[in-house]
Amino acid sequence: MINIQHLHKSFGKLEVLKDVQLEILPGKVTAVLGPNGSGKTTLMKSILGMTLPDQGTIEVRGEPTRHAWNYRKHLSYVPQIAQFPSNLTVQELLQMIKEVRQEPANENPLIDRLSLQPFLDKKLGTLSGGTRQKVNLVLALMFDAPIVLMDEPTAGLDPVALLELKRLIQEMRKAGKCIVVTTHIMPLVEELADEIVFLLDGKVYFQGSLSELFSLTEKNTLEEAIAHFLTQRKDRTSVNA
Amino acid sequence: MWKIFKYSFFDLLRSRWTYFYFLFFMIVTAGLLHLSGQVAAAITSLLNIVVVLIPLISTLYGIVYFYNSSEFTELLLAQPVRRRSIFLGQYLGLFTSLAASFLLGILIPAIFLGHFEVRLWLDLLYLLGIGTLLTAIFTAIAFLIALRQTNRMKGFAVAILTWLFLAVLYDGLFIIFLLFFEDYPLEKFSLIATVLNPIDLSRTSLLLKLDMAALMGYTGAVFNKFFGTSMGMLISISALVLWVVGPLLSFLRVAARKDF
Repeated sequence: MINIQHLHKSFGKLEVLKDVQLEILPGKVTAVLGPNGSGKTTLMKSILGMTLPDQGTIEVRGEPTRHAWNYRKHLSYVPQIAQFPSNLTVQELLQMIKEVRQEPANENPLIDRLSLQPFLDKKLGTLSGGTRQKVNLVLALMFDAPIVLMDEPTAGLDPVALLELKRLIQEMRKAGKCIVVTTHIMPLVEELADEIVFLLDGKVYFQGSLSELFSLTEKNTLEEAIAHFLTQRKDRTSVNA
Repeated sequence: MWKIFKYSFFDLLRSRWTYFYFLFFMIVTAGLLHLSGQVAAAITSLLNIVVVLIPLISTLYGIVYFYNSSEFTELLLAQPVRRRSIFLGQYLGLFTSLAASFLLGILIPAIFLGHFEVRLWLDLLYLLGIGTLLTAIFTAIAFLIALRQTNRMKGFAVAILTWLFLAVLYDGLFIIFLLFFEDYPLEKFSLIATVLNPIDLSRTSLLLKLDMAALMGYTGAVFNKFFGTSMGMLISISALVLWVVGPLLSFLRVAARKDF
């Protein structure tokens, strides 16, 4: 569903993505993991066409994304930081994105499930971080796009909303959607992810299922497996030094 | 593009700052009309406010608005829309709300307080037209600066220095140059130097229209001599329109290649 070949991206001297090759499949939850600055957000933004690759190709449902914009109708995106025009109300913002996308949207069940009803007529500038994140989720998930990209979707969510988010992700997987999530919350990954992509220093260090990860690293938990990769890298850099 | 314009405009229409800007012009215009007694004198005072203050406010508001909406812009960039539509929509939203505040802020007191002759109404409308062009120019310049400078502090500094240079320093340098080379023919130089600064250009254009030979200074006189009043006005207006198109196009070009 998403095919990435030899993707390179630098910001000035900083090489953020180095020859990334990935195939992301439908009907699965793919968790993109990695320490801060490993290139997770840049990878997502490259798929969305917000960051323009230096080299390499990205195809979404077989369509090359370079210089294209219409393919984004297949994508829903939950960005990391949600900041909206402060003087519009929640309802107006939802209406705006619906008008911009010109696609049928089904926001009411999501508003109910995330308990956003009392906030619909409130101005976005007055909302708390967690509520803004819920609005952020509704904005992305109210459309029936086959690919859903979520960058730290749990930020600021209360336990009830977090539970609802997990259910939503499971339902979307059941519906055959391709879901890509970046997160630092390991229990969430263990619970939901079918596929793990571990990014380190801009390279894909590992791609496979949780059980493959555990057997490769000979560890039993995700935290330990990741710590294993990180110590391996440390050893290697100290040997090189 | 129009949808993004519509919502940016609505958002700004509810902003306190839009009202401050509107009230500022309303109070100043009402005050000038009331105090000076003479409509022509009030228009001249407004001229000085318009050519200096509109560039400053449009630049600052443009920078603040662009930075404040950057995360929301990212959300829009993830939608199936052309980049050009997003940025043009936001630009038009800001331009329209600033221009509306300024136009209504002057027009409302003028309609109620000014007992104008037709000629003075035409002068006032010309002033409003130039003010609108200055709003369009400096909003585009501010957006261009904000897009190129991701560091907000640097962006602010560049914006304020740009305004300071065009509104204050440019004239000083210009006069020094004229004094230094007074033995040489300087008509062409001063024509070009005026066209290269939208603030000088709009001031000259307004003085030509208001027919104030005494206030015109050297460039105004040169403009008048070279082109005559109507041609001078036409050329200055066309140059101002180019000043809108230039920064706006380069803003859109930079936006098309930028990583967000």
